[in-house]
Amino acid sequence: MSLKVKGVELILKNHELLAKLSGDIDQHSAKGMRDEIDLAIKDFRPLLLILDFGDVKFMDSSGIGLIMGRYNLAKSYGASLKIQNVSPRLEKIIKLAGVGILGVL
Amino acid sequence: MKDIVNEVNISFLSKSCNESFARATISAFVAQLDPTIDELTDIKTAVSEAVTNCIAHGYQNEFGMVYITAQIFFGGHVVIKIKDRGCGIENVKQAMEPLFTTGGNERSGLGFAVMQSFMDKIHVSSKPQRGTTVTLEKFIIRRSVKNEIQ
Repeated sequence: MSLKVKGVELILKNHELLAKLSGDIDQHSAKGMRDEIDLAIKDFRPLLLILDFGDVKFMDSSGIGLIMGRYNLAKSYGASLKIQNVSPRLEKIIKLAGVGILGVL
Repeated sequence: MKDIVNEVNISFLSKSCNESFARATISAFVAQLDPTIDELTDIKTAVSEAVTNCIAHGYQNEFGMVYITAQIFFGGHVVIKIKDRGCGIENVKQAMEPLFTTGGNERSGLGFAVMQSFMDKIHVSSKPQRGTTVTLEKFIIRRSVKNEIQ
């Protein structure tokens, strides 16, 4: 199953939900991405949620809020979170939060 | 004013869809200094954080105007002032602490930390019920000088 809306493409395979994010992530766009991902987590109950940042062109600290929020929701549904394809630029922001500590980087 | 090379002023309604307009406009203005992509992205990110603060915190559940003045001084000194006439910040020192947020689960509380780490200087002045002004500064070194250093 695959669904693409509002800067996020959702791909469900076995028990893995892959969310491929694209474009700019700021406070404005993060809301739409968050709603789509959360709906999919609640509907499909994956065991693993993967956030893919490969096509993200810009991100501010709203992206960190997006990761932290999804980490908490996934955890409450018994799923783990992994983030992948993070550019050095994005890593610079994520590391400010110490999100690496979550073991998802 | 004698050292000023160029200046631009923009103002817009505090709608979150204007965040991308604000950072793109300011980055287009700074581009005349021939910055590296990294320097430009630093500025874009810091502007995005400051504008988000005006919209999400300064004006919260109402709409108001956000004002940005960007100035270039001799020597590649960029000064960007981002101002709102919103609710203001009671305790600026606390607001600037990393991970502090009044915005709930979906906010990282890292806005000021990003501005501090990506810009050379940041100053925040705020009065409750009057509004907040964030001043961001960065020095863009001319590319010819950069090449000499390397």
